[in-house]
Amino acid sequence: MSEELELMRGTYAIGEAAIRAGCRYYFGYPITPQNELPEYMSRRLPEVGGTFLQSESELAAINMVLGASMAGARVMTSSSSPGISLMQEGLSFMAGQELSAVVVNMMRGGPGLGNIAPSQSDYFQATRGGGHGDYRQIVLAPSSVQEAVDLTYRAFDLADKYRMVVLILGDGMVAQMMEPVRFPPMRPLEDLPSKNWTLTGAKGRPSRILRSLILDVNDMEEHNWKLVRKYQQVERECPLWEEFMLEDAEMVVVAFGTAARIAKGAVKRARKEGVKVGLFRPITLWPFPFQALRGLYQRGVDTFVVFELNAGQMIEDVKIALGNGPQLLSYARPGGVVPNPQELARVFSRLVLSRRTS
Amino acid sequence: MKKVFSRTKALKPVPFHYCPGCGHSILHRLVAEVIEEMDLIDRAIGVPPAGCAVLAYNYFDVDMGEAPHGRGAAVATGIKRVLPDRLVFTYQGDGDIAAIGTAETIHAANRGEKITAIFVNNAVYGMTGGQMAPTSILGQVTTTTPRGRDSSREGFPINFTEVLARIKGTAYAARTSLHDPAHVLKTKRILRKAFEAQMGGLGFSVVEVLSPCPTNWKMSPPRAFEWVKEEMVKHYPLGVFKEIEGGSLAD
Repeated sequence: MSEELELMRGTYAIGEAAIRAGCRYYFGYPITPQNELPEYMSRRLPEVGGTFLQSESELAAINMVLGASMAGARVMTSSSSPGISLMQEGLSFMAGQELSAVVVNMMRGGPGLGNIAPSQSDYFQATRGGGHGDYRQIVLAPSSVQEAVDLTYRAFDLADKYRMVVLILGDGMVAQMMEPVRFPPMRPLEDLPSKNWTLTGAKGRPSRILRSLILDVNDMEEHNWKLVRKYQQVERECPLWEEFMLEDAEMVVVAFGTAARIAKGAVKRARKEGVKVGLFRPITLWPFPFQALRGLYQRGVDTFVVFELNAGQMIEDVKIALGNGPQLLSYARPGGVVPNPQELARVFSRLVLSRRTS
Repeated sequence: MKKVFSRTKALKPVPFHYCPGCGHSILHRLVAEVIEEMDLIDRAIGVPPAGCAVLAYNYFDVDMGEAPHGRGAAVATGIKRVLPDRLVFTYQGDGDIAAIGTAETIHAANRGEKITAIFVNNAVYGMTGGQMAPTSILGQVTTTTPRGRDSSREGFPINFTEVLARIKGTAYAARTSLHDPAHVLKTKRILRKAFEAQMGGLGFSVVEVLSPCPTNWKMSPPRAFEWVKEEMVKHYPLGVFKEIEGGSLAD
């Protein structure tokens, strides 16, 4: 970690973190609210011997990523909701072919063209597999610029380790806000993990095939189970979450990304007024930290409120984690509406109060 | 005894699954022979399409990576940008390159990507069972043009290679045919020119190959070869539409 703090906006910081992680190829198509990321890469990548290419569509971009990944590169693309929808075909193929890459989605309000305000409306798409077929992708949800740096840096290692796509899921807030950040060191390319599956030309070895077409049903089933075993390994090894002021909490707020950031402020504010509320923040949305959340219920917390910037999507995972035992409430704000911490603290106070009186 | 013919090392020793009289078998061999003759077996990376030729990776003994339907040019772009000294080629059908993959192909050409598209035009969607292709000719009966292709309903057959030839980043664009031995040999020479354009760093290259599909045309193989010669060539004139001079292209 460098000593120097730099004031940087989220998009630039993610770009720089990717380069420091060994990413030398970026393919993408402009879409708000993340245009500064391709702009940064177009400036910065040539300085480190990398390649930036502005594609003709997100469809092309993700397939360029697919090709570069087959050729063994650390590669990324970024977009926002409608563009990520266009990429789903490629993401499904990459899952089938077990290709590694990092994809950034700075979500906006939807469906359709929606708006460009901070939103978390793509939770289902990100965690359920927006493309076709039985597959998963690792989903990392930063709530600050520093965390966006750290998770982006880590994302490339996860992608290579598991031969999976890693999605960085943020929104216009994470993308646009400026915060002081410290960057991890530049990874020398020669230190990156070697890959024994890439297409580089069959020099001194048998030729290789990377495909997702498996016509024989038994072979296809075996491939599916192989993927499932890998996903189960990720579920065991990768869940990340943050716990904040949970020790004596009567009520736990579950929120991720920008919503969690606001919720943290609201928790502090409510605490000052004697309202015992805490925050559980999933950092990996897939794999979702089911066990950690269930642990809170087993420790005696019986009221949970899911705060998310959509019409109520993550609450389905929270239900899976908690079952029918505790009281589960939803505070959902779709459409790009971002409540402030004062407003949210009032909501929390009211909910705790109604819990006591009920 | 003098050996006069053998299987090229760029093909695996396995029989093709293609139908009798299908052009893919001939064309696979031509492409493989050119790769071997240019000493590029260990530097070649192929991108097969969706369609009958998706199984090309079972035959070419070079590295092969599958692309989603139509996205060959984008996938090849990604590979070539990472490995600029390799031979990177796509192998695409008419629907793949000239319908669903139009945008990817035109923009790869326009960027002058140093890749080669081998474009097999058999005027029909083969693997899905004989539906209309963008290159089906007027009047052609297919399973989705039961009354024959009518330009007022289905538009016109597209001369896609001529379109690509007009694009500035295209270094080499040619149309050839497999309908008789002379044209088969000519096709091989043209494939070599296209690969040379790529390896010479001149830009995008495309070779369209008119190719019979007896099964979906519901013709005997000899009749299908005649149909290429008599009907397809009328709509799709053979020739070199663009050839940028320079590098190893001038031979």
